[in-house]
Order: sequence, then C-alpha cells, then structure tokens
Amino acid sequence: MRVIHHPILGDDTRVCNATITVDGRQIPAVEGEPIAAALLAAGIKKFRETPKHHKPRGIFCAIGRCTDCIMTVDGIPNVRTCITPVRDGMVIKTQKGLGEWSEAK
Amino acid sequence: MKTTEIAVIGAGPAGLSCAVEAARAGAKVTVLDENLKPGGQLFKQIHKFFGSREHKAGTRGFRIGEQLLSETEKLGVEVLLSSTVYGLYEDRLIAYIKDGKDNTLRAEKIVIATGASENALAFPGCTLPGVMGAGAAQTMINVNRVLPGKKVIMVGSGNVGLIVSYQLMQAGADVVALIEAAPKIGGYGVHAAKIRRAGVPIFVSTTIKEVLGEEMVEGVVTVELNEKWQPIEGTEREFEADTVCLAVGLSPLTELAWMAGCEFTFIPALGGHVPIHDKNMETTLPGIYVAGDITGVEEASSAMEEGRLAGVAAAESLGYIDAQKAEELKQQIWARLDALRTGPFGEGRFSAKLKQLNSRRLLA
Repeated sequence: MRVIHHPILGDDTRVCNATITVDGRQIPAVEGEPIAAALLAAGIKKFRETPKHHKPRGIFCAIGRCTDCIMTVDGIPNVRTCITPVRDGMVIKTQKGLGEWSEAK
Repeated sequence: MKTTEIAVIGAGPAGLSCAVEAARAGAKVTVLDENLKPGGQLFKQIHKFFGSREHKAGTRGFRIGEQLLSETEKLGVEVLLSSTVYGLYEDRLIAYIKDGKDNTLRAEKIVIATGASENALAFPGCTLPGVMGAGAAQTMINVNRVLPGKKVIMVGSGNVGLIVSYQLMQAGADVVALIEAAPKIGGYGVHAAKIRRAGVPIFVSTTIKEVLGEEMVEGVVTVELNEKWQPIEGTEREFEADTVCLAVGLSPLTELAWMAGCEFTFIPALGGHVPIHDKNMETTLPGIYVAGDITGVEEASSAMEEGRLAGVAAAESLGYIDAQKAEELKQQIWARLDALRTGPFGEGRFSAKLKQLNSRRLLA
C-alpha cells in the first residue's frame, strides 16, 4: 500500500510510470524507486526461499546490508532489491535458494 | 588510478559534515557511497531533532539532510554514488565497485563514516517476511512512501521504537502494541507520551514468545518476563498483526576499519567492537579517521559533530588549516559534543566515549 497523503511530507505526487513482471504477474511501479518498494506496494512480502528448508524471506534491513531481500532480476540472481532501482520492463523472480546464473541473459 | 586528498566513505550525516568542513578549508575531497542518493539515514528522519540551537534542534532530519547536501554542492565536493567500497589496502588505497566495474582511488587521508545497521532478535518466527528492522519500516514509509503492513507490533521502547511507532501511524498504519523487555520505557518520556495519547498500549517486562504464520506474519504471541528476565507462564497475549518491527539497537558497520587494520576496543554501550580513535577521530593507523556511528552508536547530531572534527583534523594535517585556527575549531566542536553527551540519556555515552579515548593510551 502506498502512502499517498502524509501530514509532514505532504502528498506523494509521483505516478506509476513503469511496469515490472514479478513471477509472471505485472505490477505497476515508479521508475527509480527500489524494487522492494514496488513489491510491497503490490502486497508482495515473500521475496525468496532459503536453499535448504525452502523457508520464506522478505525485507529485513532495507538499506542493502542484510541481503534477505535478494531476488533474481533480469536473469541475475542475488540482487538486493531494497537498493536496486526499478526500470520499466524488469523481469523479477522469487529466488529459490542461491538462484541460477544460467538464467542470466 | 584516481587520486584525491581526503576520501570519505559514507555520505551520511558524519561523512557529509566531514566533507563540508574539509572542503571549506580548501582540501580536495571525494565522498563515496553505495546508495543511489546521498544523505544516509537523514532523509527518513522526519521528526524534529533534539538538543540546542547549535544542534539544529527543532529542525526535521530530512531538512538537515537537504542543508548538508546544498553545502556539499556549493563547495564542489565530489560525491561518487552507487559506489560500494569493498576494500582498504596499504598506502590508503580504496577499492570500490561502480556500475559493475572495479575501480581504485588513492587518498592521502581516509575518513570511514559507514554508520551502523540494525540488530536482529531471535524468537520462533523471527525470519518470516513481515519481521523487519524498525529503521527498515521507517525507510519504507518516509523515503519510499509504501507501508510495510497495516497492523504493527513494535519491539523496543528506545527512541527509535517510540519515534518510528508514531511515524508508522502518521503513514496510516495501526500500531497494535509496543513491547519492551526491560521493566521501564527506554526512550524520552515525551515520545512515549505521544504514542500513548494516540492510543498505543505499551507493555513493559514483555517480550515476543513467537510470531505466527507460515508464509508471512499473521499474529504475535507475547509473554511477560519476571525480574530475572524469564517468561512467566500464563501471561501470554495474542495479537493480530502483519508486521513486527524490531527496535533493539544497532551495531557499528566496522568491516572496513577491521580490514584496514585499525585497533579495536569492546564497549557494549557503544554497540560492541568499536575502532579506537583519538580526540581528532584518527584511528591507530595514521591518516585513517572514523566518524559517526562506526565509532559507537549515538545519533545524527553527534555523528555530524564527529564528522566536522575529522574534517578539520584531516584538513589540518594536510596543511589547509593552521594549528591555532584548527585548535579553535576543534575546541568548539568538542564543547558541542560534550553538550550532546549530558543528561540522563547522554551520560552513559559520555563515559563510554571517554573509555574509548583512554583505550588508545592503554595500547601505548
């Protein structure tokens, strides 16, 4: 959910000017915002599964330190989505385990 | 290879303040930061700062960030963004990655101002999506303008827990409860009163027993603690929630200082292992300085003062400020730092910082 109105920061006047594909589903996004923000706005909280026990993981630190939010972006695994900006047309996949480099374009 | 006089790693409050001070004296300064934008964590701090007028009390954090950025620009400081520093080598050689490419930068002086990161807390369900740092939630709502969830349980009643609870409400979330393991509230009474007035219950001597949910957070079970910090059976409470925010302290981001070979000391009150530095913020390695949360977790106001101190000292050592003028500037900064480290919340940090300074003498 986006925070449109805010008592201190005022209204968010940005518009969704990009579309990204997440596991085959198209979601609207703002060009340049972190991928993780676009996902949260679309209600997506699970970003990856752990290698051994396939447990879900999502955002923890949101500043690029913890690597819990890594996903496979345009075929490249282990991308920190909290600090990687959205570009129109990005293809994002929930990462299973360590991901696969062979998916890279 | 690129060269500069003073390289500052981290464009947060400490790093930018350092850059401004050194550049004003005439030094050539290059700031490196891995983020897309400079400012560190200042832009998520939408509350008014505390302290006195010199510390910009009453000004909101993001406004202070804007002021710092405009000064940085006016002075022509070079700021390299999306530049992740991954190594510090002999003779002050910095290795960093920018746009997927390897780069090196040699500097005469290096200031490490990498900040801190949030601590985690272990409990059943602590890895579920929806459990996150309070600062992470703050980044999401105030910088990225998205809500991480609608019903939040906040863990920790220090100023971060109290302030972020209020900001979550400003952003439209419902803070279901704030819990604190200690028997009393950790942060300023004025912040606690504010969220209590807004209807948030605060439970002290209470911790998380478990977080419920398979794929994401669906609920939280809390339990009360006795005077020995052990859970009291039968005191469980269950809350419906989709988000758990952890405001349980921060740890200095010290990797680069370790790698460079700086000597460390262990001071729990400052967040654990912290690099030893002198009154000029210089580490045990000549020409390598530290400033801000890496030297011990405090807040943005003291980070900015430490940054200025390192900036003055580094510029002085390069001959841009004469000894007398430098001493004058440093006296002013030391006085302001001492003022920030007073009162019931500052005294602990004052004695911890003194211990850190003294540990340098013990090495000799």
